[in-house]
Parts: sequence; C-alpha cells; structure tokens
Amino acid sequence: MEALKFITCGSVDDGKSTLIGRLLVDSKAVLQDHLAGVQRQGETDLALLTDGLSAEREQGITIDVAYRYFSTEARKFIIGDAPGHEQYTRNMVTAASSADAAVVLVDATKLPWQDAGLALLPQTRRHSLLLKLLRVPSIVFAVNKLDAVADSALAYAHIRGALDRFAAEAGISVVATVPVSALKGWNVVDAATDEHWCGYTGPTLLQILEDLPVTQADAGLPLSFPVQWVEKFSSSSDTTQGRRVFWGRVATGRASVGQTIRVLPSGQTAVVAQVLTHVRAPGEVNANHGAGIVLDREVDVSRGDWLYADSAAETLQSQRQVRATVAWLDDEPLVPGRVYWALHGHRWVKAKVQRIVHKLDIHTLAEQDATQLEPNAIGHIELALQEPLLTLPYSQSRTLGALVLVDTASHKTSGAVMVL
Amino acid sequence: MNARTDTAVLQSTQNAAEHHLSNAHLDALEEETIFILREVAAAFERPALLFSGGKDSLVMLKCAEKAFGVGRIPYPLLMIDTGHNFPEVTEFRDRRAKELQAELIVRSVEDSMKRGTVRLAHPGESRNAHQSVTLLEAIEEFRFDALIGGARRDEEKARAKERIFSHRDSFGQWQPKAQRPELWTLFNTRLQPGEHFRVFPISNWTELDVWQYIAREHIALPSIYYTHRREVVERRGLLVPVTDLTPPREGEQVVIRDVRFRTVGDITCTCPVASDAATPEDIVIETLKADLSERGATRMDDKTSEASMEKRKKDGYF
Repeated sequence: MEALKFITCGSVDDGKSTLIGRLLVDSKAVLQDHLAGVQRQGETDLALLTDGLSAEREQGITIDVAYRYFSTEARKFIIGDAPGHEQYTRNMVTAASSADAAVVLVDATKLPWQDAGLALLPQTRRHSLLLKLLRVPSIVFAVNKLDAVADSALAYAHIRGALDRFAAEAGISVVATVPVSALKGWNVVDAATDEHWCGYTGPTLLQILEDLPVTQADAGLPLSFPVQWVEKFSSSSDTTQGRRVFWGRVATGRASVGQTIRVLPSGQTAVVAQVLTHVRAPGEVNANHGAGIVLDREVDVSRGDWLYADSAAETLQSQRQVRATVAWLDDEPLVPGRVYWALHGHRWVKAKVQRIVHKLDIHTLAEQDATQLEPNAIGHIELALQEPLLTLPYSQSRTLGALVLVDTASHKTSGAVMVL
Repeated sequence: MNARTDTAVLQSTQNAAEHHLSNAHLDALEEETIFILREVAAAFERPALLFSGGKDSLVMLKCAEKAFGVGRIPYPLLMIDTGHNFPEVTEFRDRRAKELQAELIVRSVEDSMKRGTVRLAHPGESRNAHQSVTLLEAIEEFRFDALIGGARRDEEKARAKERIFSHRDSFGQWQPKAQRPELWTLFNTRLQPGEHFRVFPISNWTELDVWQYIAREHIALPSIYYTHRREVVERRGLLVPVTDLTPPREGEQVVIRDVRFRTVGDITCTCPVASDAATPEDIVIETLKADLSERGATRMDDKTSEASMEKRKKDGYF
C-alpha cells in the first residue's frame, strides 16, 4: 500500500504535538534516545518530539512544517506537522498542498460543550475551509481532551453535532469524527480503556488513517504532460530513431503510443512513438506518474512546454487571462499592478496582478473589498500572463490549476495560486 | 510498545520478506527521487551530486542510474574527503563511480588545512564539521549552483523541517526561518548570483525504506555495513572502533565484537553497533527491532547539544 501523507491542524494548546507524539510513541516510531531527549523533570513531554528548531523550543510554538515518519503493519505514514496559528496560515497551505488527508484537532475544553447548539472555534472553521480550498481529499475531525470534561459522552455528542452542521453548511465532506485523548492515548493508536467511552465504538484514529485512499489522479481528463527535462542523444544508436526523450510527470489522462499530441506553445502536432516509465521501461503511464515520451517526428519542444492530446484542445484552456484564488505567503503584501514570475508545471512566465477582486474572510470565506493582500491572506485575483498557459480550474485538476508566484526581486515564493 | 505495529511488521517481514520488500511505497519513493534528480538536471546549470560511498548516497546513485542510464548521469559526483574515511568506503566509492562512468571530483579537508582555511582546535578534533569549509570552497571553485545530498528527514529534528529544494545564501547558510514555501511539486529554483541550492531527493525515505530498497534492488554496499569482527572499546554507551586515529584511552579495555556500521562518516566520530546481520534482509529485521536512532547509536558529534545539527546547517553543513 502506498504511504499516506496527512497533515495535522490545530495549535499546540489543542494537543496537536501531543497527538503526533502519541502516534509516534504508541506505534514505536520514536526511539529511546529521542524519548530521552524529551524528558523534562522526569516527565515525558510528547510535544517536544516535534518542535525541531531552537526558536520553536524557546517560544513553545511550531513555526514551520516538520515531516515525521512512522509505519504500521498496514502502511507507511508521512505526517506534515503544520503550525496552527493564524500568522502561519501559509505553512498550513504549504503542507496541505501535497496532503492526502488531514486531521483537524478540536479541543473539547475550549468549547461550551454543555450547549447542544454550540458554535465551533474560528480556527476550526479556518483550518477546515483551507483544507477544502486546497482540495485535501480526506478530512478527519479528532475531538481531543474529552478525558478532561465532566461528561465526555455529552460533550462529544454536542461537539460532533456542531461539526456535522458546519461541514454540511460549508460543503465539506468529512470522513470520520473520533473522540480522542492524546494525553491518555485513547482512540489514537489503541482503543480507549473504557470500551464505550463517549458512546463511540468505531475505529481508532490510526485505524481510520490506515484505510484512507491516497490522492487520486483527476480522472476522466485527456492527456496533458508538462515537459520537465529534454534528454538528448548524441548518437542515434542510443534510442529508437535517435529521437529526443521528453521526461516529466503525466498531469492528466494517460500517455500511450499512437496518440496525436499538440505542443504548447508552438502548436505543432506529432504522434507518440514511444512511452517510457520513470525507470525507462516501455509502457503506458497514468496521471501522477513519471514518463518519457518520444515523438514520431522532430518538433520544437523544450522544458516548460506542454504536450497534450490533440482531441483535448477544447477541454483544456490555453489562456492569457486567469482568474484565481491566491493564498499570500510573502511578508511583502500583494499589490495590484505588480509583475511576478509565475511557475506552472515547469513553465515560467511573467504574470501581472491586474486587480484584486476581493479578499476572503478566512473564517467564513465571505468576500470583502481589499486594495492589497497581507501575508497569510486569501483572495481572488486576476492575472494577465505574458504567454498563454494550459490551465483548468483547480477544482478539476490540481496540476493544471496550480501556480506559484515568485517575487522577481527577492526570488521568494510569494503566492499559491489556484485557478478558478 | 505496541502489539499492532512492531511485532506484526516483524512477523510479516520474516514470513513474507518478498511481499514486504516489494511494497508499493518503495516504488513511490523511487519515483519521487527520480523526479527530483531530473528536475535538478533541467533547472540548474552546474549541479553536482554529493557522493560519499555511504548507503544513502548509493541509494541515490541507484535512482540516478535508473533515471539517466549508465554513463549518462548529467552531473559530476563530488566527494568531500575528511582524510578520515574507512578505506573500504573510499575503495567502494571509486569503484562505483567507475562502473557508472561518472566523473568523480574529490576535494579534501587536508587541502583546506594546508591553505589555512580550516584550523583544528587540536590535532585529534573531528573533521566532520570542518567539511563545510571545504564544501563551500568546492562550490566556489566549480561555481556549483545545486548540490544533491542524501540527507533524510527522519534522521534528525532540524532536517525534518528542511525543504527538498533548500536555498542557501552566498555564505552557504541555511536560514530556517526564511525557507521558501514548497507547494505541490512546483519547485522555485530561482537564484541570485553566488547563491546555491542543496537538494535532497531522498528526504522522505526512512532508514527502513533505505534498507528495504537496498534489499529489493540488490544494491552492493561497502562491507563494513554488514557484520564483521572489529576491535572496539566501550565509551559512554557507544562502541568506539579502535583505529590509528581513535586509539584506546588510558584504562580502556579493547575487546573484539561482531559489529556493523549503520552509518559511515568520519572515522573519529562514527561508531558501529553490535550486530550479526549479514544481509540487507537481516538489517531490515534489526532496524524494525532497533530502539535507538541511527544517529543516536552511532554519532558522537550529534550528542554535543540538542540543536547541534541546526547550528551546523546554518553554518553551511549538509
């Protein structure tokens, strides 16, 4: 089974680091010397396992995404441990962009759990909406610290009700909601000692994660393929007909011999003569996998160009104007009129921010007027591109719909762009 | 300890080694690594692949061989030689480079010492941290704009936070608080003159993955990775190999043990572990049973302070 990449959302106060520590310790992924390093006054502080930078240990917060690894009998896991504070939204966006799943931690002790109609904390809404925006395929709510409330079953029932209402209203599909105690280790790796704790008899968090699917390729789309690297052969004996091999990762559809393809930007057409897998073996290659493509004739192709099914010319939009959602990552605010580098597939083009359509309230996704986007803000913008790009809405294709903006002066990665 | 995990994994390894070793996750890791190796070939003008002859760099080189073919790896191999290497490893490194028909560049810490750019605090000091100086000198000499390294995120807490394409300023320094966000697989490889990237294609591999892959692909390794008899002394819970560079200290008793190295670095700071594992499969099983980390069990230099890796990386270390 393929490894599952999942992220954990929540702040240190919610017990996020403790939860990760619990997953690592109970699945025996933490070795004795690392455990010895997190003993403080004789107590094991699980949170210390994950905060790796000295500034984080000094400040007691998570600043950047840390990656952790553990495996069970069923599969290997990669945890992207992202900070939960609002000022680190950009790091959460980064971690979410490549995640197969997300665990959103809800701290029961911070909610008026006696109230059946309780409202969730703004950060739970914010985390969930960001996950939806980034299209993280599976979302799991873990209601934590239920061991610390007077009536665990009632608290869980009320909080689950609030989560269900919110998910329905926001159009978020939730895989599961689990009551846990990260501190005690209940329903994380092992079931709670009390079998019917919180009236919950379902699988533990780890069992849920073991069964989740990895991100599926966006199905049903025609072939599109960004050219990553052009392999040239000096002698014709090296490969069939001595042609160049175009390497890359299939973005959508499937690469197979005999297809007629078109090249962006040249517009030339050719027929696929040979397809190699990522390890240079002949074969068909599906979306999300590496391939080498050899064409039947010499056409003008270089790194950054796209090959796409000729029949798809209508489905795929080659355009110079893009309307998109942007998550702003840079400390320098986004201002209309500025020109950035945009990276799409392996293609770099200049992109001018024509206007900020509006800013989104990250707690509700409500639209607000804005003249600039501050760090960690999310908004809708219009970009004018120097050269056309082959795009689809991000909701249809993560690869065709995603761009990053890079500051032309500082070279910082400034914005995560999702085509609307 | 948890019954659902370690013993179960162990059982399935012992009973069905074949099945366990052909896990789809190894294919996914290999594919990711190859994607990154090709990205470096395409995105940079003068990249090099750091090659020590150690297991991680041999895994990386296997992926490079699959990505490009023998004689066609589009960058030179670069070795920073502390002068304190295990001879088995150096020999192996040269042989493997020749097999792949790859260009091998060796730059040594001793030359930096002669130039006066490396000064040791005392003659016996570990040269491990001083490799950074020699490395930065090699980067300047060849104007490398990307160096591919075999570091893994599971090795250490600071590494767990590092990007796959990790930007270095003109002093070769890592700035952990100013890392470029790495979204999807859109790698921002833009550089200012004098800056470079460190690229880590096996970031997402664990020690166990590495050994499973070595077993699956029948990757040859220097012999000291497998069990052998060696003179050692016990020091602060570690087995310290007895060599010309690391003689026994007064009052220490030299004993002969069956050992293997989990990691091979500078002789003065690398220790073996007691083991009778003779094959990669044996090591997979030992790794599943291990209760000390690769670095914790074997590296004297990392014990100095909790943040020592972060500090060294900020100074330009790998």
